[in-house]
Amino acid sequence: MKRFNIVGTDVPRTDAEAKARGTAIYTDDMKLPGMLYGKILRSPLPHALIRNIDISRAASLPGVKCVITGEDTPKIKYGNWRLFPETQDEYPLAVEKVRFIGDEVAAVAAIDNDTAEEALELIKVEYEELPGVFDVDSSILPAAPVIHDYCPSNISVNRKIKYGDIEKGFAEADYVREDTFTMQSVSHAYLEPCSALAQVDLDGRITLWTSTQVPYIIQCLLASTLNMRENDIRVIKPFVGGGFGGKMELRAWEFCAAFIAKKTGRPVKFTLSREEEFLTGRRRHPMKIRSRVGFKKDGTLVAKDLRIQLDGGAYNAMGPTATFLCGNFGAMLYRYPNYRFHGEHIYTNKPPASAMRGFGAPQSLYATEIQMNLAAEELGIDPIDIRLKNAQVSGDKIPDVATISSCGFIESIKAVADMSGWKEKRKNLKPGQGIGIGCYSFISGGVFNWFNTQYPFSAAEVRAFSDGTVHLLTMASDIGQGSDTVLKQILAEELGLNMGDIRITSADTSMTPQADLGSWGSRVTLMAGNAVIDAAKKIKERLFGALSARFNLNVIHEIECKNGRVQAVTRPDYGLTFGEAVALVQKANRGEPLVARGSYTPRGKGLVTPAFGFGAQVAEVEVDRQTGLVEVKQMWTAHDCGTVINPRSVEGQLAGSIQMGLGYALSEQFVMDGGKTLNTSFVDYKMPTAADMPPSQVVHVDTYEPEGPMGAKEAGEGLASPTAPAISDAVYHATGYRCMDLPVTPEKILEGMKKD
Amino acid sequence: MKHHINFSVNGDDYSLAVDPWRTLNELLREDLNLTGTKLGCGTGDCGACTVMVDGRTVSSCLTLAVSVNGKSVTTVEGLAPSGEELHPIQESFIKTGAIQCGFCTAGMEMSALHLLNNNPEPTEKEIRAGLSGNLCRCTGYNQIVEAISVAAEQIRDSEHEKEER
Repeated sequence: MKRFNIVGTDVPRTDAEAKARGTAIYTDDMKLPGMLYGKILRSPLPHALIRNIDISRAASLPGVKCVITGEDTPKIKYGNWRLFPETQDEYPLAVEKVRFIGDEVAAVAAIDNDTAEEALELIKVEYEELPGVFDVDSSILPAAPVIHDYCPSNISVNRKIKYGDIEKGFAEADYVREDTFTMQSVSHAYLEPCSALAQVDLDGRITLWTSTQVPYIIQCLLASTLNMRENDIRVIKPFVGGGFGGKMELRAWEFCAAFIAKKTGRPVKFTLSREEEFLTGRRRHPMKIRSRVGFKKDGTLVAKDLRIQLDGGAYNAMGPTATFLCGNFGAMLYRYPNYRFHGEHIYTNKPPASAMRGFGAPQSLYATEIQMNLAAEELGIDPIDIRLKNAQVSGDKIPDVATISSCGFIESIKAVADMSGWKEKRKNLKPGQGIGIGCYSFISGGVFNWFNTQYPFSAAEVRAFSDGTVHLLTMASDIGQGSDTVLKQILAEELGLNMGDIRITSADTSMTPQADLGSWGSRVTLMAGNAVIDAAKKIKERLFGALSARFNLNVIHEIECKNGRVQAVTRPDYGLTFGEAVALVQKANRGEPLVARGSYTPRGKGLVTPAFGFGAQVAEVEVDRQTGLVEVKQMWTAHDCGTVINPRSVEGQLAGSIQMGLGYALSEQFVMDGGKTLNTSFVDYKMPTAADMPPSQVVHVDTYEPEGPMGAKEAGEGLASPTAPAISDAVYHATGYRCMDLPVTPEKILEGMKKD
Repeated sequence: MKHHINFSVNGDDYSLAVDPWRTLNELLREDLNLTGTKLGCGTGDCGACTVMVDGRTVSSCLTLAVSVNGKSVTTVEGLAPSGEELHPIQESFIKTGAIQCGFCTAGMEMSALHLLNNNPEPTEKEIRAGLSGNLCRCTGYNQIVEAISVAAEQIRDSEHEKEER
């Protein structure tokens, strides 16, 4: 394996000190002179026509500077799938109709928060309530209320994947089973509520600071929704307090801040309350998954027929992508020679579901993994063995789904079986104790570029200076995952510099090179990392040429950037400091600055992703047979993320994934009464605390991804998938209760145990 | 009617008139521009707004500003003894990777400070219990727990050194 100096070491996060001191500025920490405070009026009804809105009392309240409704806006719909304009189904403020409890109806800006809140209460909206639908089965009935006129079926997206011959596959099977799984909706529950601050300049151009994962997408969609030119909008991403997929679309408050700033000439800030976040916020898709699989007697998979219905809520949001992806993930992990998928994205009168860590994988892979265990038991094969028999390997290709260039899946399964003492424990645990397994595969960024731009997938600019420092500009968005640090590590490694020699400016659309679709789908390390390397290589070419001329080097000499120097590999005395070499290049170019642009676009890697991460996880649990309470005693994880660029960060991603997966498995769910979310606080939404976390052991399987920067690929998002099936399987092992409808609650366990 | 209050924050004295419904969180963030203290929920559930009042941790979102009259408040900005040096808790948070998005960090550090002031040698279980009022969605808490035990050790070592001198 290639040795690195900075990549692969525990470099402390470069933003950590500012965060530790409390000096890191998040959007809601900002205040501008003359700033107004914005608040949003939301629909109290799940489905209704707006008959009239009377804003007169609110507008005349002293201190209120602006009140807007949908009628005041340009009435342009937005949505992330702008390649397919019919899927753009959302107005920033409702026009004529509301479709979920929390749909944005009006916005107020006032001199302070208290006044803005008071004004909301003075807006009078007359609604004509319509019947609503709250689950996918009712929504697709012929007589169901139509939620969007353009879509009478309420099915907004159909996605199909097919390869091999499914009928022939099942005909060859010795054993076929069909199961239905359902999954609940859960919250991203990032700690920082969404916030946006807009300012307008003398020319009418807008600057928007916003808590987002996707500054460039916000820039484009805000421009089109305001009917402005893209580059008349500048989006700056300050520090962001977590996203997990929940901050990757243009949202009403971003539009309202910009629109009102333009209207009033004053800066406007909107910050959501936690109650708004829970009551109306984006969430992970509830899904209904019907999966039919066929095996040979010896456990070899021959066919899979997968049907998934996504409960999308009132708008598409990122649902089309989730519909696309859950079918791809259904084809991952194991070799299905014959595969068919049909996914439907279905509207209901609930808060829109959208992207959330794993993006369709946690649901799809829960079904895969539990069904694998069900089949293994019937076939009399150990769950580990049936996985090893069918596991995908490097070089596997699935038409339209995957080209797997590196894969440490088998190694991961073996490692996790060893670490956990699987063979012994699966046989010999006491009543109430159990171990279970869950596996995952995940993408390293999407190739399915629905966003449709003329730009590369990611870009980086490197400016080199004669004082030996460099400035990296990138639109990659650090939302807490540590991408600024990782990109600096990659650049420092490539240019032979120290971390302290690099300044980074990230995610300011007026300064950082266009474009980058932001932080989602685990794209940053691989895609932005490759763009950084591309830019660095161009800088090096220039430095090497200058050095070669300066020392009259024979062209066969290899030159390197190392330890702050640029030098001939075999004759380091033929060398200069990095800064001297930069000065030389600049002199040779009559003062031109030394700047290079790099980019990355995956080519010839299929339609899904340039690289896949893999891994396996085992959970050990103890279930109280009186109360049904589950205690997770230990987690073991072995995973393949290619080269580990920052071990501490990868381990932090893993531990964070386990926290989220533990909640998904056991305690987290939105409790709904029709269209109303009932649990709207952290007291009622049960997220694991420090005391709930099990001990955890991890092995990074040693792989090298040829498409990745220095061999790296996805880490952290895929890990959102294996925890729930592993815990669920362990609960089955402990109690005999097999959970087909997440989460695994004590009530379900006790009920399930009674049936035995 | 506004109430007049006198209080100190991180050693600096303030004298202000505040609405009776103003929270300590608003007082710090809006009136004093001390934005290191965050607001995660506004209902005392997440711990992101944790500060110290007279040596005890409180949720600043639930504490009324008028109630700190005559009291001394410590926030994350007052944690480092000087502008340059970091508090051992901050140092260990940085070193162990306990900080990802950073939004829970100020509250976590204040809870850690309270814990270590009252229990200089906490077990892992005690640390986890001490953090049970602080939510984090990024780290899975493990590196935060590690950070606090590293900080505890460092504080004990430096006090030991002082005694020996």
